[in-house]
Amino acid sequence: MAAVIDYVIVSAILLAIGIYGLTVKRNAIRMLFAIEIIINAANLNLVAFSRNLPAPNAAGQTLALFSIAIAAAEVAVGLALIIVAYRIHKDIDVKEFRSMSG
Amino acid sequence: MVDPSFIAVATITIASAVIALEFREIIYGAIALAISLLGIAMFFVLLDATFVAMFQIAVYVGAVIVLVIFTIMLVRREAWMAVPEGKRKIMGLIIMFIIMFGLGAVFIRSGLTQWSVPENTVTFTQIGEQMLTYYSPALIAMALTLAAAVIGALALAKIDLGAKESGSSN
Repeated sequence: MAAVIDYVIVSAILLAIGIYGLTVKRNAIRMLFAIEIIINAANLNLVAFSRNLPAPNAAGQTLALFSIAIAAAEVAVGLALIIVAYRIHKDIDVKEFRSMSG
Repeated sequence: MVDPSFIAVATITIASAVIALEFREIIYGAIALAISLLGIAMFFVLLDATFVAMFQIAVYVGAVIVLVIFTIMLVRREAWMAVPEGKRKIMGLIIMFIIMFGLGAVFIRSGLTQWSVPENTVTFTQIGEQMLTYYSPALIAMALTLAAAVIGALALAKIDLGAKESGSSN
């Protein structure tokens, strides 16, 4: 059985990969992938700490369930926004979306 | 000591997360992301949270990835393959390693290394009971949020023919 520190380290690595994707990639779908990776790193932390509490406690797992559901809603809205942006700009490169800046 | 199954799952998860971001063809990137999310579900199984693992597979691999793949098929273009990254990639890698080693050093020097794993686990009956009693307002709020998100996504993505005609006539 791996200790909590191992899960926290894996979670930190996934967070760093996600932030790398958000800073480097300009393709909107790839940025959505990076956000998914970050959210999953957070969920992994929630469940890992919940498992390692001294007394049995379902709060961490419940919060992870809510987090997964909210992430699914976020993906649905994000993909709809990508489709709308593609219809307007004929591309999903975020560099093309500069018309939104003032 | 870390067991081999943990190392295997960690390797699969992290490697496929990198492939999801770096593979040239984005649809294979989506499949790699699915494998990475399955790896997270395997972590949940290793953490005795089978209900969360099942939820993760049903929601992420079953719904989110299918949605992403359909969107990629709708908006896919050959031109994406040749986007130059150059300087931003180096900066991104530097930021990534700073975060990785900074957070890693903080965690390893913290008190987390002394935590011992308790024997007791939470069953899914407890999760279900808590969700329908203590967390029921949050459950209702989440249901409304999901409904609002789905309706909003539909409203965003639909083609408004009437508005287009009236816009051209003005």
